[in-house]
Amino acid sequence: MFLRNLGLLINATMTYTPPLLLAALGSCFSERSGVINIGIEGMMTIGAFVGASMALTCGNPWIAFLAGGLAGALFGLLHAIACVSCQADQTISGTAVNFLAPGLAVFLSKAIYDGSSDTPAIDISMKLPKVFDGIFPVGSFWNNVLSNYSVAYLSLILVAVIWFVFYKTRFGMRLRAVGEAPEACDTLGINVYRVRYICVILSGFLSGLGGAYITLATVNQFRPIIVVGQGFMAIAAVIFGKFKPQGALLACLLFGFCNGVKVLATSSNVISPNLISMIPYIVTILALVLFVGTARVPAANGKPFQKAK
Amino acid sequence: MSNTKVNDSKSSFGAKVLRGNLLYTLISIAVGFIVGAILLQIAGISAGEAYGKLITGVFGKPKFIVWSIVYASPIILTGLSVAFSFQTGVFNIGAEGQYVVGTLAACVVGVFLKLPAVIHIPLCLIAAAVAGGLWSMIVAVLKVKRGINEVLSFIMFNWIAYYLSNYAVNIPALHTDGNSEATKDIMDSAKMMITNESLQEVMGSGASYNILVAVLAAVVIAFILNRTTLGYKLKAVGFNRHAAEYGGINSNREILTAMSISGALAGVGGACQLMGMGMRISQFSAQESFGFQGITVALIGSTNPIGCIFAGLFYGAMKYGGTKLSLVNAPSEIVNIIMGTIIFFIAISHVFRRLLLGHAGKKNAGNEGGTK
Repeated sequence: MFLRNLGLLINATMTYTPPLLLAALGSCFSERSGVINIGIEGMMTIGAFVGASMALTCGNPWIAFLAGGLAGALFGLLHAIACVSCQADQTISGTAVNFLAPGLAVFLSKAIYDGSSDTPAIDISMKLPKVFDGIFPVGSFWNNVLSNYSVAYLSLILVAVIWFVFYKTRFGMRLRAVGEAPEACDTLGINVYRVRYICVILSGFLSGLGGAYITLATVNQFRPIIVVGQGFMAIAAVIFGKFKPQGALLACLLFGFCNGVKVLATSSNVISPNLISMIPYIVTILALVLFVGTARVPAANGKPFQKAK
Repeated sequence: MSNTKVNDSKSSFGAKVLRGNLLYTLISIAVGFIVGAILLQIAGISAGEAYGKLITGVFGKPKFIVWSIVYASPIILTGLSVAFSFQTGVFNIGAEGQYVVGTLAACVVGVFLKLPAVIHIPLCLIAAAVAGGLWSMIVAVLKVKRGINEVLSFIMFNWIAYYLSNYAVNIPALHTDGNSEATKDIMDSAKMMITNESLQEVMGSGASYNILVAVLAAVVIAFILNRTTLGYKLKAVGFNRHAAEYGGINSNREILTAMSISGALAGVGGACQLMGMGMRISQFSAQESFGFQGITVALIGSTNPIGCIFAGLFYGAMKYGGTKLSLVNAPSEIVNIIMGTIIFFIAISHVFRRLLLGHAGKKNAGNEGGTK
């Protein structure tokens, strides 16, 4: 019984972590390059809508998944134009994205699906596939542990890839340097604008993927309230994880675990689900107060950079 | 930023307009409506018809205007909350949570106490202010004492408040006896409704005087910021924290004060919504976004308290008018898109300013926005 519950818990964690993790990895890119992106929530929402809508149109979950990412990237581009080229206040531009992207998502849904703010449900065959499904009997411990959506594994692999990019490649070194001392980078001939553009667009792309995962895997339709703060959770995970991809992974697993506990505990009906829902947020605050302390924010974070003429 | 007086006696009226914020705000609003119109047309909806409905939906009858103002009052207060925090260099993205706990506190006082209205209404407002202020003060203490990023803890506290409210709605003592997922109605003595029948006939049965609270708060905040030592210190910290400390101001204490006041304002916003519109708290299925709408109001109002009144009225009208768009089959989300576009263009407005002012404006361009 214990083993079975543990298996279910791991399964729930693996189900609820990917959208947070994808968005958090996106946020890592943006924040480390020196651009605050609080528009993640909105980028996830538009990704979720485009993902669902594309799945209904073309029927291939992977194309839909990518399309969701591209929709997020489009808003990443918008954010980059404001923050990088126009030196706008980054928090304000992010707030604008959080109005624009969800607004557009529901607007399009109503325009396409006869005034309904929800898209029709996606057929099960159009959902993102699970891997390791059917190797172990349904309901067994190993089936619960291993049989997850392929994107769950993909997002874990992405953490390793992005860690490699951050710390072992020239581009990674540049993006971290641009977030710390853009003026110095500029003097050395690094194109600060280009690096930041790439990073902010990538952050939109990954957030869009995270949103698309929600509609293509966990919930099989788009609803206006589908993202419910996961974008903000992802930002919290990045600060919690000290702006490192591996740190964000741990924070996201914690949040995903709390989410899993919530879902399982809600079905058992012992404690009020609302109280359980508070746990991840309280845990985050407590962990920051007790253990983590101050995360060192990239020095140029939030500061617009203007190339000297 | 809007409070820095332009002491250039030589500058003509035209130069003042070019340097001020109002012109660029108006341009942004115009662009917002243009973008909205283009989208509507692409979606096959007549923009003229939709905007026409928006206008008649707000100005068509006296009671529509009253409703728009009732809608505006809580948003003016959350807008003031955000604007006030901007002035001290803090970004209060937590107005949403402070608003929710404010609503909750006012609801508890409004449901359980039996008092004459003269005492009951102020007591509810005070309870909301204290709740919102404390909610924000916790975050301020974490920031000042432990150096914890306030944006992060504000976001956490927003969600804790959200679930706290949903939890409270389901407490048997507070839950309504009816079938809906909501609390009991607050006592009549805690409602800020206009009960005079002849006035009701003109203004509709939903007429509330919660706008008075919002306007009063704006005037008080404008006074604090512009005419008191406290306001001077707060703005000094917001302008340059290190310079302020060098000048003998305890910046940590000022940040604590500013964030508490900011939270209290958002809390009162919640009370205004409850006592003038809602009368009860319903179970949330998503954040109600009053706090985020407050960010918009603060930006459209150029973080000026009096500007927030007008920006809030504008937002309230758009929000109320938006509810009628479904009558012409236009999605009400167009309001969010218009608002988002307006904020976006306000965010990059210094580019236009630079273009219009030529090189003269360049020196100050980096400081625009001023939330950091």
